[in-house]
Amino acid sequence: MSRLTHTFAQLAQQQKKALIPYITAGDPHPDKTVEIMHGLVEAGADVIELGVPFSDPMADGPVIQRASERALAFKVGLRDVLNMVQQFRTQDNKTPIVLMGYANPIEAMGTQKFADLAKQAGVDGVLTVDYPPEECSDFTQQLKAHDMDPVFLLSPTTEASRVKLIVEQASGFVYYVSLKGVTGAKNMDVQEVQQRVAEIRAMTGLPIGVGFGVRDAATATAVAGFADAVVVGSRMVQEIEQSSVDNVVANTAQLTRSLRQAIDA
Amino acid sequence: MQPYDMPDARGHFGPFGGIFVAETLVEALEELRVMYEKYRFDPEFLAEFAHDLKHFVGRPSPIYHAKRWSERVGGAQIYLKREDLNHTGAHKVNNTVGQALLAKRMGKPRVIAETGAGQHGVATATIAARMGLECVVYMGSEDVKRQAPNVFRMKLLGATVVPVESGSKTLKDALNEAMRDWVTNIENTFYIIGTVAGPHPYPMMVRDFQAVIGVESKIQMQEIVGRQPDAVVACVGGGSNAMGIFYPYIDVPNVRLIGVEAAGHGIETGKHAAPLTSNSAIGVLHGNRTYLMQDEDGQIIETHSISAGLDYPGVGPEHAWLKDSSRAEYVAVTDDEAMQAFHNLCRVEGIIPALESSHALAYAEKLAKTMKPSEVILVNLSGRGDKDINTVANISGINL
Repeated sequence: MSRLTHTFAQLAQQQKKALIPYITAGDPHPDKTVEIMHGLVEAGADVIELGVPFSDPMADGPVIQRASERALAFKVGLRDVLNMVQQFRTQDNKTPIVLMGYANPIEAMGTQKFADLAKQAGVDGVLTVDYPPEECSDFTQQLKAHDMDPVFLLSPTTEASRVKLIVEQASGFVYYVSLKGVTGAKNMDVQEVQQRVAEIRAMTGLPIGVGFGVRDAATATAVAGFADAVVVGSRMVQEIEQSSVDNVVANTAQLTRSLRQAIDA
Repeated sequence: MQPYDMPDARGHFGPFGGIFVAETLVEALEELRVMYEKYRFDPEFLAEFAHDLKHFVGRPSPIYHAKRWSERVGGAQIYLKREDLNHTGAHKVNNTVGQALLAKRMGKPRVIAETGAGQHGVATATIAARMGLECVVYMGSEDVKRQAPNVFRMKLLGATVVPVESGSKTLKDALNEAMRDWVTNIENTFYIIGTVAGPHPYPMMVRDFQAVIGVESKIQMQEIVGRQPDAVVACVGGGSNAMGIFYPYIDVPNVRLIGVEAAGHGIETGKHAAPLTSNSAIGVLHGNRTYLMQDEDGQIIETHSISAGLDYPGVGPEHAWLKDSSRAEYVAVTDDEAMQAFHNLCRVEGIIPALESSHALAYAEKLAKTMKPSEVILVNLSGRGDKDINTVANISGINL
């Protein structure tokens, strides 16, 4: 059983919902990433989504674009991200890590080599934003052969027939994008999202995470009422952007604690 | 021989092309694909397209025998397909007319576009004004500075020009930003992509709308010369003018198809925009798989060309395929060579070519010298150079 599946099963047993903060690896400084990750876990994160910096993050809003640019200023590449995961694993062998990024850095490394190295480093899931299931069946198999979970997005415009196709390929969990647009665009329409999540749940037994619009505690509470995981990306990255390098660990942990409370409420 | 019938149903040209986008865009592309399939061969749609090309754009564009220039160069006879004489001054408008007609049929009141040099932005703003569509053009803030006259032109035509501050602040970043707009405003917005790149169906659709260039050329060459050319030469950034003239010739035997990339300061300097000629790695960007200029981490690297319209790190997937299948050849010429050809055409033929097209002209000069006077080269003169006079003046140390 993969670490992701195990974590979701355990949370379900405790009748708890997963909190998944997102940070971009290398933001604000490559030396801070692992420290931030440990802080997030201590503050109540169940899974960490770790962004791989990319020069052309087409699906991301300005907040996460800037995070990518800050990381790229230190030339943080996929190899560096895997090193960070490996370093994190020396102290934490329990918290699942999902890499989120774009296809090109993975293809530049080679998908098979990436699968080997990611497994060695201790990665648990991979969400490749611009790899729809039709274009990446080989890669999906390579991940699964290494006991890693291919994580896919579902969007408000995804037709039921496509949801079926995607959940057949996916494992670990599926990620419902709660609004039309890029990451961090605006607040979500909670009722609409709840309706869609119910529809998706009728088609899959996989845990369902919701993200792309969770900007405050109230939204987190509401989403935790019907989803299995709450993903907080742009809001977390904003916290990093507004913090000094010295207090970034404390501030992201503080935000995570407040979200944890909201989700458990 | 099997007739050429690329791409496949999901937009693959061999290993290239495809649909590499976030899930949030998949349905919009599917809607577009279905609508385009519906109208692609619809007689009424095609008649309206042909009507607009004739009466609004001014087609057919002539083919002109550049006699004096051919004599000067010494060798093959060089003919020019005069896309520079189109309304708005370049081939770009062929495609925007087609896509705007589609937008209208899809009931989308708003169109968006990305632009580098501004030619595609102007062509989009033009057709949006003519059809009463709201128009927003994304343009890298660096390009906004470099191409002020085109920015003003778009504004005169009623478009909103949004400077893009992210990344390298050039064409590729404008494309990213337009995609972000599209995914956010999918219900009422049609994204008019200007080149044969992007996710399926764009590379195929833009090629089809631009194919009028090659279709006319085949008829005109037969009329004027009595036969088809020995070589067809066109510049390649994303590659829309080249695909437009190449496509109808793919199945014609003994016609060499030659795409000319921008070698910038020289391929060996790394400062260029020639992914095919420099043997760049294959990768995924802007919704398709193709040859891409990138570093070893897979980050897209900055390109250089004197011509903003060729300043793009990728190339349309069909060009990648034509290269790998050896149906087309790809070469590159430097900034300096393009400038020389620019001046030659100005002085010898009385035609001011776009700097993009000057790359094709520069290679045609080289090629002609190796050929006999009885042989024929057809160059796609994709645009006029009025937009470039500031750039040329700057290089010459003249302040206009």
